[in-house]
Amino acid sequence: MAISINRALPEHIADIQEVMERQARKEGLDFFQTNFEYVDYEELSMFAAYTGFPVRYPHWRFGAQYDELMKGYSYGLQKIYEMVINTDPCYAYLLNTNESCDQKLVIAHVYGHCDFFKNNAWFAPTNRKMLDQMANHAARISRYIDRYGHETVEEFIDACLSLEDLIDPHLPHVKRHDDPGPVESSFESKPDKEKDDRGRGRFPSKGYMDQFINPPDVLQKQAEDKHKEQVEKAAARSFPDRPERDVLLFLLQHAQLSPWQHDILSIIRDEAYYFAPQGQTKIMNEGWASYWHSTIMTTYGLNDSELICYADHHSGTMAMTPQRLNPYKIGIELFRDIEERWNKGQFGPEWDACDDMREKEHWNKHTGLGREKIFEVRKIHNDVTFIDTFLTPEFCQKNKMFMFAYNEANDYYEIASREFYKVKEQLLDSLTNHSRPVIRVVDGNYKNRGELFLVHQFQGMPLKLAEARDTLTSLCKLWGRPVHIETTVDDKSTILSFDGKSHDLKTAAAA
Amino acid sequence: MARNIDQDLSRFRNIVRGKVRESLKKYVNHGEMLGRKGKNVVSIPVPSINIPRFQHGPAGSGGVGSGDGEEGQPVGKGGQQQGDGTGAAGSEPGDGHFREVEVTLEELAEMLGEELELPNIEPKGTDSVQSQKDKYSTISQNGPESLRHFKRTYKRALKRSIASNEYRPEKPIIIPGKEDFQYRSWKSIPMPQSNAAVIYIMDVSGSMMDEQKEIVRTEAFWLDTWLRSQYDGVQTRYICHDAAAKIVDEETFFHTRESGGTKISSAYRVCRDLIQREFPPSEWNIYCFQFSDGDNWGEDNNECISILVEDIMVHCNLYCYGQVESPYGSGDFIRELRKLTEENENLVLSEIPNKDAIYESIRKFLGKGK
Repeated sequence: MAISINRALPEHIADIQEVMERQARKEGLDFFQTNFEYVDYEELSMFAAYTGFPVRYPHWRFGAQYDELMKGYSYGLQKIYEMVINTDPCYAYLLNTNESCDQKLVIAHVYGHCDFFKNNAWFAPTNRKMLDQMANHAARISRYIDRYGHETVEEFIDACLSLEDLIDPHLPHVKRHDDPGPVESSFESKPDKEKDDRGRGRFPSKGYMDQFINPPDVLQKQAEDKHKEQVEKAAARSFPDRPERDVLLFLLQHAQLSPWQHDILSIIRDEAYYFAPQGQTKIMNEGWASYWHSTIMTTYGLNDSELICYADHHSGTMAMTPQRLNPYKIGIELFRDIEERWNKGQFGPEWDACDDMREKEHWNKHTGLGREKIFEVRKIHNDVTFIDTFLTPEFCQKNKMFMFAYNEANDYYEIASREFYKVKEQLLDSLTNHSRPVIRVVDGNYKNRGELFLVHQFQGMPLKLAEARDTLTSLCKLWGRPVHIETTVDDKSTILSFDGKSHDLKTAAAA
Repeated sequence: MARNIDQDLSRFRNIVRGKVRESLKKYVNHGEMLGRKGKNVVSIPVPSINIPRFQHGPAGSGGVGSGDGEEGQPVGKGGQQQGDGTGAAGSEPGDGHFREVEVTLEELAEMLGEELELPNIEPKGTDSVQSQKDKYSTISQNGPESLRHFKRTYKRALKRSIASNEYRPEKPIIIPGKEDFQYRSWKSIPMPQSNAAVIYIMDVSGSMMDEQKEIVRTEAFWLDTWLRSQYDGVQTRYICHDAAAKIVDEETFFHTRESGGTKISSAYRVCRDLIQREFPPSEWNIYCFQFSDGDNWGEDNNECISILVEDIMVHCNLYCYGQVESPYGSGDFIRELRKLTEENENLVLSEIPNKDAIYESIRKFLGKGK
């Protein structure tokens, strides 16, 4: 229904696309087949509102996004040039009113993204058939809407979205040692675990060495501790064993949900994990794509008549405002910086040990490793490790970076410091977990009354209380029993509670 | 083509409207929030629907930016979108915060209408013909064959053939060429519109304080918005009075502050003359809104009532009197008017003790649907 028009590229754009694709491959970019579609702004806004997918489940927030994009466009405030999604094959949408120089730029940019999607390690676990999956989700949710009513289903979706952030962004990449697998109930998995426990703490050893390597008294003490712990836990009847980052998973496993609710929650969680890497690699992804459009355009793509248009639009995209670090700009500059440093050999112990600023300035060992290095960087890093590894004091200074902080006295954000470590720390802070609070489930049987207890890992930034209360309301809707979250308010440990009727705030006597 | 996004969009609009509905009272009370931008558009910051999440508050937060500036130099105001820094993923739907929703005055009036459940004000009198009418009164060189004007086409062809000496009386065959064809065509004739004149009368005597004026201003804004949405060419007139009355412009009306006694009859006289001079009641829908603190010079009341009943109310669709509560006013005048309500259906009275009552007052004024 949504996709029934022919959106194939017109011939002259198809020619550009072919040239760009060849060029991108020649440069060493490696991407899935990329299908371009030629759309007008209305369609582009629609796809953008649907985060690039032609079919999503019915929800007002897509309408809201669409409305905003359309209004922004019609009042001449903003414009999207393209949109590309992480699937195999990749789909990219081009705005049909772009000038031909824009089309070139955008196509080159898209290939940068496609290469990143395919090769960056953080995207590796994402479902490349998400196009089908999304349509699938849409069909399922539409069915529930037909059966249970729009209002009911939408309300539930809203409650789930309210908790959408509470996932474990590293889960797809690591094996948590007691990961019980997706939706296995904890009840059944218990016996297995106990069997495992018997071997725990024992090191492998040859028979004659065993009593030295695994001293019996130590083993016995360990066993006793373990036993004591288990007895304590049995007495407390609390679960999970370890605080759980993936709150959505915990809810899927333990909350009293009807099958359709369970399904919707799993859909929300699925999509949250699918989109997580895009948040984790915003700077890198945009930086990489910008690096490549700039490289390809300035070395091959442009003809004379397009130069001004290109320069105008490129610089528009790279513009920085004082309050917002432009990920495109920081990304492209860092990639260029890395390339230059590795080309000149400005790395390694020798470089680090050098104290002579003048020598550093003219340091050039003609190593020529730049290209190779940035390809490696785009493969293994995410924004946090990227900034952590490659942000240098020189870079900060060159790009006039500063950190700002909130001044309660006058309700303004003010420049607080230009010191490298502070800037870097602040930047890393804001990138870590999307600068969203880190929250874990600590107890699903709080006070032995089946209440849910979450803990906010306080990192200097307090929660917005009013919003936290509303979120608790959503959580309670899913959990079905009273819910609590421990956080820090005014430097005191505080528990916010919602029992389904009223909110409560308790401050610990001594924090 | 029905697209899914349209459903999502209308869903969103309905929710937002619901939101505006619920909080409409709030907007009405903060009239100054609504600026008229350009000719027709107001920009109201309506919070986008914000799904609550566990989020960090502003205290202790910050971010990284770039550019020139000393330490301590402000980079942005608190409370607005800030410090999302580089974290947000561009491909994700924008996350909450506040965004401006542009609403045109028409849309706003529509919402107001929905909320207030106002019946549309009916066009009045025989002259109130709807907008433009097409009349087939002219001739054009182009047109559909069904509108071909045979007689004229034939005449032209005949003239041409005589002039070019092709015409043979013994063999009178006329072949019209392309240039001969004539078609009937129409002209759009603007018909008289159903017009509305709104006359605002405000007491600006010493007892009306700034707060009272603010109430009047806000209420007048909304009344104006609503009436404009119902009629083309709403004419507004403003009359200020203390012991004497005069017609003033909008700016003066809302800002002037005089101090004197109060003689409401003076305003009525001006109003009567205004109607007679500019707005013949046979062609105009006339709405009067009078705001006062009800503190009139006692001996004046009788004269007031007689002008009001005989010369003003008979011509008005609606006569609304809003009495603003003032610390100095005695508020007698509304009592006098109350006596008239039984005989005069188009007289509406409302007391407005404070800003919160504006909403109810508008409901009362326009709820009659006159």
